[in-house]
Amino acid sequence: MGIFKKRVNEFPTPWTCAKAIREGGPETKLSMILMGFGNIIHGQIIKGLLYLAVEAAYVVFMIVNGFGFLRMLPSLGSVPQKEIWDEAQQIYVYTKGDQSILILLYGVATVLLTVLMICAWRGALKSAYKAECLAKQGRHVNNFAEDLKSLLHENLQKLLMTPPMFFIGAFTILPLIFMICMAFTNYSKLDGHLMLFDWVGLDNFKALFDSTSILGSTFWSVLGWTLVWAFFATFSNYIFGMIVSLLINRKGTRAKGFWRFCFVLSCAVPMFVSLLIMRTMLQPEGAVNVLLRNLGLIASDASLPFFTDPTWARVTVIIINIWVGVPYTLLQLTGVLQNIPEELYEAARVDGANSIQIFFKITLPYMLYVTTPYLITTFTGNVNNFNVIYLLSGGDPVTDLSSTAGKTDLLVTWLYKLTIDKQYYNIGAVIGILTFVILAAGALITYRNSKSYKEEGGF
Amino acid sequence: MKREKMHSAKTRRFINNSIVHAVLGVLAVIWVFPIVWVILTSFRAEKGSYVSTFLPKSYTIDNYIKLFTDTTILDFPQMFMNTLFIAVCSCILSTFYVLAVSYCLSRLRFKLRKPYMNMAMILGLFPGFMSMIAVYFILKALGMTEGNLIKLALILVYSGGAALGFQIAKGFFDTIPIAVDEAALLDGCTRWQIFTKITLPLSKPIVIYTTLTAFMGPWLDFIFAKVICRANSDQYTIAIGLWKMLEKEYIDNWYTCFAAGAVLISVPIAALFLYMQRYYVDGLSGAVKG
Repeated sequence: MGIFKKRVNEFPTPWTCAKAIREGGPETKLSMILMGFGNIIHGQIIKGLLYLAVEAAYVVFMIVNGFGFLRMLPSLGSVPQKEIWDEAQQIYVYTKGDQSILILLYGVATVLLTVLMICAWRGALKSAYKAECLAKQGRHVNNFAEDLKSLLHENLQKLLMTPPMFFIGAFTILPLIFMICMAFTNYSKLDGHLMLFDWVGLDNFKALFDSTSILGSTFWSVLGWTLVWAFFATFSNYIFGMIVSLLINRKGTRAKGFWRFCFVLSCAVPMFVSLLIMRTMLQPEGAVNVLLRNLGLIASDASLPFFTDPTWARVTVIIINIWVGVPYTLLQLTGVLQNIPEELYEAARVDGANSIQIFFKITLPYMLYVTTPYLITTFTGNVNNFNVIYLLSGGDPVTDLSSTAGKTDLLVTWLYKLTIDKQYYNIGAVIGILTFVILAAGALITYRNSKSYKEEGGF
Repeated sequence: MKREKMHSAKTRRFINNSIVHAVLGVLAVIWVFPIVWVILTSFRAEKGSYVSTFLPKSYTIDNYIKLFTDTTILDFPQMFMNTLFIAVCSCILSTFYVLAVSYCLSRLRFKLRKPYMNMAMILGLFPGFMSMIAVYFILKALGMTEGNLIKLALILVYSGGAALGFQIAKGFFDTIPIAVDEAALLDGCTRWQIFTKITLPLSKPIVIYTTLTAFMGPWLDFIFAKVICRANSDQYTIAIGLWKMLEKEYIDNWYTCFAAGAVLISVPIAALFLYMQRYYVDGLSGAVKG
C-alpha cells in the first residue's frame, strides 16, 4: 500500500502560496496580477523585473499565437487543402489548408507552456510573500547578486537540474504527451487522414480490442508473442548466464580470465553490428547453411528456414538473443554470485546435496531474491527490445498477408512498422500506450512484492 | 580402502574438470566464431554477398581501401566525420547532465527529488521511440530536419533524455562518505565547490564511464538517426551507412566492405568496452548491496 500513502512534506516552509493569498500584504496580493511587484517594492528590483518580463512575454505570446492555438485544438482544423487551376501560369496551385498535426503540436506545446507559467506564477507569489515577511521581521532581503550566489550553494539543485529538465521536457515529455494525444484521433493513412484529422475518443482502443477484426487479432497474437519472448529472453539469459558464470568461477576451472575474455569479446562488438552479422549468417545462402552443407549435414541445395518458418524464426531469435545477452549477464551477475555466503554451500554439501540440487535450492532462490530489480529492468528491456528483432528478423516471416505484423514482431517493432512504414499513427500510439500500461502494471506488482522495494522505500 | 576412495574422488574431480573445460571450450568457440568470421570476411577477395565456401579462398585489403576511397555512393569518411562530430558534442552535453543530476539526487535534499526519480522510472517504461515520430515532428516544426541542422537535431535528441539515466552515477556518488562533504562545508566550501573540487575528482571512474557511454551512443544507435536523417545521405551516421550496405541494391558490391566497416568501428568500441567493463560490474553490485 506504500505507494499510495500520503507523503509527509519533508520540506516545510513558512512561505506557501495559500498563505500568501490569505495573509499577504497588498503588495503581495498585487503580485498575483503583476508578477514581481512585491519583489520590486522590497528592493529585489532585478528579480522583480525578470518575473515581470516572463509574465509580459507569456501574455504577448498568448495574444499573438497562444489563444489561436488553443482555439484550434478542439476541432484540429477544418480547412482542407485545395487544388486550383491557375489559368495564367497553366499549373495547379495549392491553397494552404489546415495541418492538424501542427495544430495539435502547437496546442500541446501551449498547454505545456501554460503549466510552466503557472509554476512561475506560484514561484513569484511565494517569492513576493517571502520578501514581505522578511522585510516585516526586519531581516535581510537577498539582493540579486546574493540570489545568484545562492545558486551555487543552497539552491545548487536549481542551477544543475534546470537545463536537464528543460531538455527532458522538450524531447521526452512533450513528444510523449503529443503521441498520447494522437491515440485519440484518426490520424492515419487509412481514409486519407494525413492532413486533417479529428478527435475520435476511444475508437482506436475499441478497434484494437475487437478480436474479430484483422487489427484486433493481430494485436492479441503480437501481444502473446511479446510476453512469451520477454519471458524466455529474460530467463534464458539469466539462467544460462548464471550457469556460465558458475562454470567459470568454480574452483577447478583454469584460465578464468581467458574464458571470461572470450565471452566479453562478443559484447564488445557493437550490438547492431553483431546482429547484422548474425542475420547475414543465417540467411538461406548464408554462412551457417553453407557450413552445414559443406559438412554434409544437410543436402547441398537445402537450407534451414531460420527466418522463413514461423516456429524456426521464433526459436532462432530467442537463441540469438542468448548469444547477444549472455556476456552482459555474465558481467553483471559475477559479482553478485560471489557474494553468496560460502557457509550455505558447505552446509548443503555436508547434508549430501549434489550440484544440481544446490543450484536450484540455493543459488537460484538467492539470486532471484537479490536481483529482482535487475530482472524487472531486463524484462522491461526485452518487451521493448527493438534492436534484436528489427535487426535480426525484421518481424518476418509474414504468414498472413492481410495483417500488418509478422510472426516475430513485438509490440515495439509493430509500432515502428505501423508508424514509419504504414503511417497509421493513431494505432501506433495506442500500442505504445498499451505497452506502457502492461509494463507499468507488471513493474508495480513486482516492485511492491520485492524485498528491495520494501527496504528502499524510494519509490 | 580409504586410499581407494580418495583415489576415486580424485578421478571424479578430474573427470568433472575435463567436462567443464570441454563445455567451456565449445561455448567459447560458439561465442568467438562469428567475430572471427566477420574479420575473415572483411579480408575476403571474392566479391558478392553469399559465396559457396565458408572460409575465403584468397585475402586482400582492398575492401578497406574501397571503404575510404569509393565515396560516390556511400561516403564512409563523411559518415565517420558526422558521427564523430555528433558523438563529441552530445558526449559533452550528456556527461554534464548525467553527472549534475546524479549529484543533486545523491547529495542534495530538495522537494522535487523523489518526484523526479519517480518520473524517471515511469518515463523509462514507455517504449523508447514511441515518441520518436513525435520528436521528428517537433524537429520539423523547428526546421531542424534539413541540411546541417540535422546534426544539431541528432545532438539534441541523443543528449535530451540523458538525464534520465542517472542510476549508475548516483549509485557511485552514494558510496562517497557524506563526512567528506560535511568537512568541506565546515571549511566554508559552497556546494558547487564540493561538486567540482571534491566529488568529481573522487569519482574519476564514473566520470570516465559516463563520458565513454555517452560517446559511444551515437555510434551504436541507428533508429533515431534513420528516422531523422531520412533521405539526407550526406548526414548519415556510420550505423545507417552499414545498414544501407546490406540493403538489396548495395549488398552485392558492398558486403565485404560492410564487414570491413564493422571491424573498423568495432575495434575502438571494443577497446573502450574492455576498458570499462569493470564499471558495469561495480555499478550493479553496488546498487544491489545498497
